[in-house]
Amino acid sequence: MATVAPIPVSESARTVARPSSSRGRRGALRTGNRRDPRKRKSIVLTIVMAIFVIYSLIPLAWLLINATKDQPNLFSSFGLWFGDGFSLFQNIADTLTYRDGIFVQWFGNTLLYVVVGAGGATLLATVAGYGLAKYKFPGKRAVFAIVLGAVAVPGTALAVPTFLLFSQVGLTNTPWAVILPSLISPFGLYLIWTYAVDAVPTELLEAARMDGAGEFRTFFTISLRLLTPGIVTVLLFAIVATWNNYFLPLIMLSDPQWYPLTVGLSQWSAQATGVSAQPIYNLVITGSLLTIVPIVIAFLFLQRFWQSGLSAGSVKQ
Amino acid sequence: MNSTSRSASVLRRVATAIATTAVLGATLVACSAGGGSTGGSASDVDAALKKGGTITYWSWTPSAEAQVAAFEKEYPKVKVKLVNAGTNTTEYTKLQNAIKAGSGAPDVAQVEYYAIPQFALGKALVDLKAYGFDKLKSDYSTGPWNSVNIDGGLYGLPQDSGPMALFYNKNVFDKYGLTVPKTWDEYVADAKKLHAADPTKYITSDSGDSGFTTSMIWQAGGRPFTAEGTKVSINLQDEGTKKWTSTWNQLVEGKLLSTIPGWSDDWYKALGNGTIATLVTGAWMPGVLESSVKDGSGAWRVAPMPTYDGTAANAENGGGGQVVLKQSKNPALAAGFLKWLNNSKSSTKVFLESGGFPSTTADLNSSDFLATAPEYFGGQKINEVLVDGAKNVSSGFQYLPFQVYANSIYADSVGQAYAANSDLNAGLQAWQKSLVEYGNQQGFTVTGK
Amino acid sequence: MTTMSAGTAAPPTGERRSRRTRRDWRGWAFVAPFMLVFVAMFIVPVGYAIYLSFFREQLIGGNIFAGVQNYIQLFTDQKFWDGFLRVTVFLLVQVPIMLALSLTAALAIDSARLHGSSFFRIAIFLPYAVPGVVAALIWGFIYGDQFGLTASVNSLLGTHLAPFSNDWILGSIGNIVTWEFMGYNMLIFYAALRTVPTEIYEAAEIDGAGAFRTVFSIKIPALRGAIVIATIFSIIGSFQLFNEPNLLKVLAPNAITSFFTPNMYAYNLSFAGQQFNYAATVAIVMGVITAVIAYVVQLRGTRQENR
Repeated sequence: MATVAPIPVSESARTVARPSSSRGRRGALRTGNRRDPRKRKSIVLTIVMAIFVIYSLIPLAWLLINATKDQPNLFSSFGLWFGDGFSLFQNIADTLTYRDGIFVQWFGNTLLYVVVGAGGATLLATVAGYGLAKYKFPGKRAVFAIVLGAVAVPGTALAVPTFLLFSQVGLTNTPWAVILPSLISPFGLYLIWTYAVDAVPTELLEAARMDGAGEFRTFFTISLRLLTPGIVTVLLFAIVATWNNYFLPLIMLSDPQWYPLTVGLSQWSAQATGVSAQPIYNLVITGSLLTIVPIVIAFLFLQRFWQSGLSAGSVKQ
Repeated sequence: MNSTSRSASVLRRVATAIATTAVLGATLVACSAGGGSTGGSASDVDAALKKGGTITYWSWTPSAEAQVAAFEKEYPKVKVKLVNAGTNTTEYTKLQNAIKAGSGAPDVAQVEYYAIPQFALGKALVDLKAYGFDKLKSDYSTGPWNSVNIDGGLYGLPQDSGPMALFYNKNVFDKYGLTVPKTWDEYVADAKKLHAADPTKYITSDSGDSGFTTSMIWQAGGRPFTAEGTKVSINLQDEGTKKWTSTWNQLVEGKLLSTIPGWSDDWYKALGNGTIATLVTGAWMPGVLESSVKDGSGAWRVAPMPTYDGTAANAENGGGGQVVLKQSKNPALAAGFLKWLNNSKSSTKVFLESGGFPSTTADLNSSDFLATAPEYFGGQKINEVLVDGAKNVSSGFQYLPFQVYANSIYADSVGQAYAANSDLNAGLQAWQKSLVEYGNQQGFTVTGK
Repeated sequence: MTTMSAGTAAPPTGERRSRRTRRDWRGWAFVAPFMLVFVAMFIVPVGYAIYLSFFREQLIGGNIFAGVQNYIQLFTDQKFWDGFLRVTVFLLVQVPIMLALSLTAALAIDSARLHGSSFFRIAIFLPYAVPGVVAALIWGFIYGDQFGLTASVNSLLGTHLAPFSNDWILGSIGNIVTWEFMGYNMLIFYAALRTVPTEIYEAAEIDGAGAFRTVFSIKIPALRGAIVIATIFSIIGSFQLFNEPNLLKVLAPNAITSFFTPNMYAYNLSFAGQQFNYAATVAIVMGVITAVIAYVVQLRGTRQENR
């Protein structure tokens, strides 16, 4: 590796390459190897990856299998295989109706937190990351250093000051207590920043400026489209992060009416403990399964946007 | 003469004015129920219930919903917002946060006995003596009543109780020829016999539980914690403690205890299939067994707690009551709800139906209650044994004014002794050291032996 | 990074100055919304935490000014350093393993030599979508040596695995974290790989580069930025390890102490002990150490990139 210099993915190479990426060939870009018969599928690689997949999926298989068992069966049958009877649909019905359908309420809450929180976080991170990538302004280095520095402080000890501050303005036990902190995605910021540096060519911006377009107009009409794969990645991560948000909601919320699914599930799980123990493990497991399904759907939906890799248009016709 | 009499009459008038103001002022103070720092009187409670209003109640008991519904039926003008803010320490954390923040606490909250001193000494609870609740003493058995009376004040009303007993799996005992132990020596002998005959089975499970430890020390006569206001003394090596450790060390060091963590999936399974042969725990356990260990139906029985020398002695393990928070905007109404919750027939009826073990003497001594013979326990009249055990609970046991914290660091010290199968006394000493340090840091005057 | 040079073509002096000044503020227009929320949600609480660390509030006696007493206490606190050492070891072992696995997966999926690569992509990403509470539940079962999967493995293979024992607990947690985040990092790498235009690959093939050359000479260098990001955030995540040990504590109450990681220590100090000030001190010190290390990694990473 030391003897061969890495082939630079430089501006010039891309500029040369760009004319061939005009609309006509766009559909065939990086979407597969149909057009190249020499790209053989590797069996070895597939087997190696299959091992990865088994590692990733066995625990989830446990979840699926055990969601089909009712409570007594959970305690008497082997974990990785089915028990007597198939109670998946009964479990789902029970999960959705337990305690007057509080699970559905939690589901709705989580949707709210995700749409506003993840959507907001992606928006803020995209706009700010773009600004960091494409503009030189005073305090730029400081911005990133501060963001990274603040993230390095463990969240658990920030929880108490945040809690005290929120309770002073009466925000604890409200959705805002969950949404506001989740609007900051330093990771998203960094991702868009590094992505935008390469994905949005400055010549494009210069051309637009010369045409008289304002900065925001350029951003919305040209840059946003170019940033799509990056935005989709950040959005996906933000969705997962807000969907799985557990610690801060646990501290901020005392009324189960506002719980997200994670906190609700952990409360059900804790009901198996102590003097008034009422294990509802089957509901916890089924509820967990139901909690994962929307993320899977979101992922499948969003991954279409990864197919478009390069600039949607070109500077030099 | 005129001026003197005039000044005298002025003086008299001023004096009268001052006196009147003082009387008025005192009355005003006595009448103010808002803010809740000083209470009213017993009649305030009835008046508040008649007037109506809204209160918030934090509880995790399964019967809470039904109880609230029954209450609202009886008092239609009162609305109770029931919130399940989490089980024990989760709820206590939220309570403490709300108390610190100065807002967000409920009017009434469920608190276990070991945690009540912490909130009482933190001046977060209303002293219910102001409403005359101290007159309810005879309604409750002594253990729970003592637990809600702290430092001369009454800070809650008991809901359930947990006098200890020995729950054993008769099928396992019969299979391996074990006798139901009456003393701890016999218990240890049973443990050795069982484990030798079948290494996959254990007499009981214990990987370290602060509640269990304190209860066992209590039963052995130990009084490790004393607290008078802010003066605290800790002695986790007193005579009673040492009595317990000399017995229990045999089990710990002899590796005769199952290390399955309590209340886990595996633990319920082990109770169902005979891996764990006995449980030394509070009288509320039957409800848990019946609802969660269906496989064990018919196999379990109840016996009195083994003793050290044959004389009956018992302790409480778990259980709790409800308290009224000072943050409450309507403490009289909250107290009224509390009284109904833990002192009315209609409420305790609901509570008992959900499997709770009562703390009220009327229920404990009722013939119906004593005649209950659940199928799960092979038709045994378990309540006779349990109520008898309640009579033998010794008095004088105190918890620390920071017991919740103490329990949270128990595993760091005593738990390590369990993990290493070594002398529990060393673990207890380490625990004591941490507690003394913490207490002093927090401004208490703590002495450790 | 050639973007800087693009904007400095030479216009007349006056125009250049005004154009550059105008652009300077424009940048802030984009960054401002983020920074506003950031200041409210991070800077203010961090500031408050720093303030708290100079005081001491007692259950009896109220709030007193403690100066640097908390910091001095921290430097001799064995519990803190025990936890710190533990997360450092965790970091040095778990992060490289996880990133290597993620890199391999991303490269494999990107190579278009797999049967059904979209399936692999979503299957490996799935664990990241699982909330921590659920992951703890599932792995609690798998690690159960009484009735769990480990028990079955033990009886099948005659081993004596005890994932919750003192010796193995850190490895067990490391395994869970790897399982959870492998897909996440893989996706970062994969998204970065997608930005490499196909033309480069075609050019390389024409030049006669084989599969391995392509990987080492094109893909990995293109991933450098992504690797730096992933490393930095993994380092921060390791130092802040909290979720997994906290959720598993009920299953391993003696193996996982209340000071198992610095973050857990801070949490228990705050919420079990009501010692908010000392907890804030722990957090600040951890934050500073983490920030320094993350910054160093970032400097080294970007310096290599600029070469």
